[in-house]
Amino acid sequence: MKYGVIRRLPYLHTSYLHTSTYMFRWIFISTLMLAGQAVLSANTLRVCKSCPVSSIKAAIQQARPCDTVFVETGIYKEGNILIDKELTLIGRGQPVLDGEGKTEIVTIAANHVHFEGFVLRNVGTSYSEDRAGIRLKEVSDFYVKGNRVENAFFGIYLQKSKNGVIDGNEVIGEAKDEVSSGNAIHLWYCDNILIINNKTIGHRDGIYLEFVNFSTVQGNYSERNVRYGLHFMFSNDDVYRGNTFHDNGAGVAVMYSHRIGMFSNHFEKNWGPAAYGLLLKEIHDGQIEGNTFQENTVGIFAETSNRIVYTKNQFIQNGWALKISGGCQTNNLTQNNFIGNSFDLAVHSAGTDNKFDGNFWSDYAGYDLDKNGIGDVPHRPMKLFSFVVSKTPESLVLLRSLFVDILNFSEKVSPIFTPENVVDNAPLMKVVEPDR
Amino acid sequence: MFKILKYSFYDLIRSRWTYSYGGFYLLFTLSLLWLSNDLSKVVISLMNVVLLLCPLIATMFGVMVYYNSREFTELLLAQPVRRTSIFLGQYLGVAGSLSASWVIGVGVPFALYGVFGSPQAANFLMLLFVGVVLSFVFSAIAFFIALKNENRIKGFGLAILAWLFFAVIYDGLLLLSLSMLTEYPLEKFSLIASVLNPIDLSRILILLKLDVSALMGFTGAVFRKFLGTGLGMVVAFAVLLLWVVGPVVGIKRVAERKDF
Amino acid sequence: MITIHHLHKSFGKNHVLNGVDLSFDQPGITAVLGPNGSGKTTIIKSILGMVLPDEGIIKVQNEDIKGRWRYRNQIAYLPQIARFPENLTVAELLRMVKDLNTAITHDADLIEYFGLQEFLDKRLGNLSGGTRQKVNLVLTFMYDCPIIILDEPTAGLDPISLIRLKELINQQRMKGKTILITTHVMGLVEELADEVVFLLEGHIHFRGSLRKLKEQTGEGNVEKAIAKLLVTGH
Repeated sequence: MKYGVIRRLPYLHTSYLHTSTYMFRWIFISTLMLAGQAVLSANTLRVCKSCPVSSIKAAIQQARPCDTVFVETGIYKEGNILIDKELTLIGRGQPVLDGEGKTEIVTIAANHVHFEGFVLRNVGTSYSEDRAGIRLKEVSDFYVKGNRVENAFFGIYLQKSKNGVIDGNEVIGEAKDEVSSGNAIHLWYCDNILIINNKTIGHRDGIYLEFVNFSTVQGNYSERNVRYGLHFMFSNDDVYRGNTFHDNGAGVAVMYSHRIGMFSNHFEKNWGPAAYGLLLKEIHDGQIEGNTFQENTVGIFAETSNRIVYTKNQFIQNGWALKISGGCQTNNLTQNNFIGNSFDLAVHSAGTDNKFDGNFWSDYAGYDLDKNGIGDVPHRPMKLFSFVVSKTPESLVLLRSLFVDILNFSEKVSPIFTPENVVDNAPLMKVVEPDR
Repeated sequence: MFKILKYSFYDLIRSRWTYSYGGFYLLFTLSLLWLSNDLSKVVISLMNVVLLLCPLIATMFGVMVYYNSREFTELLLAQPVRRTSIFLGQYLGVAGSLSASWVIGVGVPFALYGVFGSPQAANFLMLLFVGVVLSFVFSAIAFFIALKNENRIKGFGLAILAWLFFAVIYDGLLLLSLSMLTEYPLEKFSLIASVLNPIDLSRILILLKLDVSALMGFTGAVFRKFLGTGLGMVVAFAVLLLWVVGPVVGIKRVAERKDF
Repeated sequence: MITIHHLHKSFGKNHVLNGVDLSFDQPGITAVLGPNGSGKTTIIKSILGMVLPDEGIIKVQNEDIKGRWRYRNQIAYLPQIARFPENLTVAELLRMVKDLNTAITHDADLIEYFGLQEFLDKRLGNLSGGTRQKVNLVLTFMYDCPIIILDEPTAGLDPISLIRLKELINQQRMKGKTILITTHVMGLVEELADEVVFLLEGHIHFRGSLRKLKEQTGEGNVEKAIAKLLVTGH
């Protein structure tokens, strides 16, 4: 189990530039911690129904710091379990901790806790407190791995914690609406956290970060969360990469957050009147690279977002690949593929200094006589019909009609309604091959 | 009627127009498939083509065949045959041979590229279906117009105008009225208006395959309710069927009252 | 036997037939004559049910033809212009017509009679006008109908075929059939007709035998007689 952590280390090493110094510190500390446990060969305790110690609470009480508690298969209904010591708790054969809908189940309130292999079930919805399956309360250097949280209000809740890993957990709920559900993984005022390979299904937000800095969200899978698959609020210098967001209210929302790196994620089938693959609101200096946006109603919706670099992304068969609302400036869109979208680009007001050069547009109709791979005629990705639909959404029923084609063509010849400066001066003739 | 149909079909299926029409689709589809080697892309291209070409060709072909077979029609009229069978037979011959050109021209290359058993099979069948229905609708409209007008030039003009109306003008008027009535709820209006035009209706069937992501955006709710469910599909097919039956009934009525 | 009673027909403002009463109850050949637009073709087409009368009754073999179509197997009709589906061969056309009217036919004899054997497998679109007219004649005469209506039967025929056609018509007369011919070739009328019906402005201006026509007009040949009728008619 401990080697599991060590094996992850190179992985951490490759994480985003901004977080690396913090990561190194964390690696150092956790390695020390693990080494300490191994060398001192602390005691182990076993908890099972027929064991001398049959309750987890009792085991925690008996254990000394650095001990390991093994919990065997069984259903444990012990209400709220407080881990207030530096312990390793490992479930063997997926023991179930049942909150019976009344309480929060596990509260971790000590540093250096390793919590692994449990099933946490039935955390009641509360409108007065944010109850969670696992709460980490003002702690650091923790490792929460391979747990499964079912039917919880909040799944895993981190508050004012730092230098920890949330790895390979599954948080599965049956959320119907935003009000009566909590977030699957919730971080509030945290620093330097790695959230990796988790599965979050059927909550309000899959992963929620508020005032969380220098953290990495990687390889997670979010599905059917009623609000967002991943949600950043007031969080800076974070990275998310290689995640998949499938059929959430919206895939990812990045709001009031700066210097966020967004790499190699998949945004799929986020369908609905207010559904986006990625929603950007009041952010700046972000980088969006190598992501795939496929079959979303809107691939990316950007509002008041400045100095964002969009590059090497795939926009495939979305309703709108990219919607840019007012107040977006100095964004650079280059080396992206736009393939088979109903609309490639809808720009509400052009803003200033936005660049759209050097992308591949599947409906580009120009030619390349000098064979340099760049079309000789500039491409206007913003169609007149896209403008019409923004004014009269019902006119969407006329999509692909001959009349609309004629409209678009005449607008293309002499632009009147669409912003003059939304133009790709160097459209690519061939698809940009993604980096492997 | 079926005897007339048999011979009319037999005649048309060997005409060079039918051949060139079928040959065009064959070459077009083959070259698209050869160039892109991607079934789904070609299906998408053809979906855009079918809405334009099938109605246009069916209109022109319907008018042309009617006027060209005038004397033959007179020969038949002197035979002990029911009047309506003659015209319905000829109409079905035209619609049938157009459909055959379409289905073979597009179907053979796709079959060679193994569309059946690929995930595109459903889209492809929808494409074929839409092409066939549009051929039937527009050759019926053309036949009706030709039957109404002895003057060939007038008949041709009116038929092309009818095509233009359904293909372009109707949508223009719809867009105009939608943009003038923005303060009213228009979802149902736009849907009903689209269903009343056979080209629009076929287009929406295709949109549901290609642009479902966009449709789920705004008009999603009503659309999904209407066309995403079995009932909506049944209604859509029924209206398309009505679009065949209507002009055919017209043909029958005019044929019964007309002097030759 | 054909009876026409009080037949009215107008195309738009143009009154083509104004109460025509006419019956063909005797066997023999009647030439229906008249200037262009006098209503010859309209009467013939009314009998065939191709033109629907505004008023009046037409009976064929004592049966009102309104809304009927089976009576047409009693009538052999040769239309004025012979244009056929271009992509069918002669044999296919014959097969088709035989398919539509399954009565006994003499097509094989007639094909030989007009020398059409070599054209049987040719497409109709590739045939000359004369050959098509021969095909047209075969189609008309191959059924043994009691009534025969010929609209300009001589158009485009070579002299030999013309002679054969006349023979054919005479043969049919021998069989006691009722035969109606419209033509502009007065020689043909002189040669074949038993009786003449002369139409002018939608009325029957003259009806009677050739002899009566000549006597009434005091002219020696049909051509002049008709010309005189025209002059006096106006």
